[in-house]
Amino acid sequence: MLVTPPGAALLMFFVLPLIAMLLFSFREGTFSPEREMFTLRHVVHFLEGRDVQRLLWESALTSAVISTIAVTLAYPLAYYLAFGARERRNILLLLVLLPAMTSYLLRVMAWKIILGSEGLLNTFLIWTGVTAEGFTGLLHNRNAVIVTLVYVWVPFAALPIFASLMRIDTRLFEGAADLGARPWETFGLITLPLSLPGIAGAFLFVFVPTLGEWVTPMLVGGTEGVMFGNIIQDTFTRGLNWPLGSVMSLAMISLTVVLLGVPVVVYRSFRKVRTRVA
Amino acid sequence: MYFWLIAVLLYVPLLLLMVLSVNDSITLGFPLKGFTLRWYQAALDNPIMLDALRNSLLLAVVSAFVATILGSLAAMAIVRFRFPGRTFLAAVTGAPLVIPFVIVGAALLVALRWAGFELSLWTVGVGQVVLCIPLAAIIVGSGVVGFDQALEEASMDLGATYAQTQLLVTLPILAPVLIASFITCVVSAFNEFAISVFLVGIEPVLPVYLYSQLRNTTSGPLIMAVASAVILTSFALVLVAWALQGGTRRGGRATPGSAKPASTKELDATLS
Repeated sequence: MLVTPPGAALLMFFVLPLIAMLLFSFREGTFSPEREMFTLRHVVHFLEGRDVQRLLWESALTSAVISTIAVTLAYPLAYYLAFGARERRNILLLLVLLPAMTSYLLRVMAWKIILGSEGLLNTFLIWTGVTAEGFTGLLHNRNAVIVTLVYVWVPFAALPIFASLMRIDTRLFEGAADLGARPWETFGLITLPLSLPGIAGAFLFVFVPTLGEWVTPMLVGGTEGVMFGNIIQDTFTRGLNWPLGSVMSLAMISLTVVLLGVPVVVYRSFRKVRTRVA
Repeated sequence: MYFWLIAVLLYVPLLLLMVLSVNDSITLGFPLKGFTLRWYQAALDNPIMLDALRNSLLLAVVSAFVATILGSLAAMAIVRFRFPGRTFLAAVTGAPLVIPFVIVGAALLVALRWAGFELSLWTVGVGQVVLCIPLAAIIVGSGVVGFDQALEEASMDLGATYAQTQLLVTLPILAPVLIASFITCVVSAFNEFAISVFLVGIEPVLPVYLYSQLRNTTSGPLIMAVASAVILTSFALVLVAWALQGGTRRGGRATPGSAKPASTKELDATLS
């Protein structure tokens, strides 16, 4: 009885729409009558489109790059919060999360200004004398998308890492020190492996949403930084080709499931091997 | 130290927006020309802006309210009870945050229009609620986890019914977390853009309106002014929500097993 309201709401407005989108992939046209229900035209169209498929792969690659950088930058952050902060931990955590909890759109807009030809970065570079006229190539490309999304996601990436670091029993550090381990050895052999679930979680936490990113590419990506999400968004809003858009969305979901499923399967079989060896 | 470097860098872009909002120049670039508040005045004089602002505020409050209720129910159910489909509910409750927004938005667009609904503030609201339910569930859930059920048992031992206990004991104790969840959802729903774009109708919503104004070269500073106001308000609200959650959060480690014992006596106590 507690479950019904949220369950029903989520079912109606989350699960069902996804199913609806699945069904829509087979529809003839966006507004055509119901009898023209089943067709594989759009599926075929998508499968034949080499460029669009390549874009999907490239977007996945871009997301992977973003996730890796974000996690790498976030790890020391989380480490300090978990082990360096003590009493001030909560406030510092808040400090890191606060910018992330404001409007996403505004954060991206800010980077559009920073990277612009008269923006903050160029002004700074000119002022320090590094360059006379500034770079025009900072904005409107894939790198701008990567930089901006890394900025957006670093605070969020820090959270799962922080959580898993907090779960480590600090007595292990004492034990390691007693046994003669140096700080780097302790980190590499104890901390890092034990925080691996957090790292994996953080990576996925950034990867999956960034795969479908379209706002950032649209604002700072220009033509070179277009991602798959842009195509989907455009197909739905301007192209009005909902069946095709649905097919594309499903393609992205399938890719995500496959990319996520592989590590899970590997992990499970790895664990089986380990327990058998032990 | 590295931490402070990153922490400061996180704020720089937002500070930039605020600096540009009081810059006496129509272009969004450097060098800075002078201090002025006219952009804020211009924002207040813009009727569509005010319209969008009003809509967004109203929508955010309503969506946050609904999402908090639904999220709390889900959190209570998941944390406290075992029932078939529990994992499924947990997954579905958390899913909207992890799935790319473009898919959630597109799916809702397809489903709602197929069902015959016109795009309007209601449809935007649905999108916001779906997105905020996971947030609410997580925030309230953390409060439910720390809740001492012995209090409920005591209340019922003293003769109160389950309903009375929930209303007079559980609810007041969970109140800070509920309000924190509400505030966080308001901020989140208000600033929500990616899904709103799919679901917005004729009535303007602030993020979508700001975005549409980006194309307009003369409205740059005005956007900065509105942006700064939104950012500062979001900051303030999140701080309030955080403070409210403080009671249920411990400053140290979460799981007792991994806590560093204060003395050997404590270590003996936990081991025995």
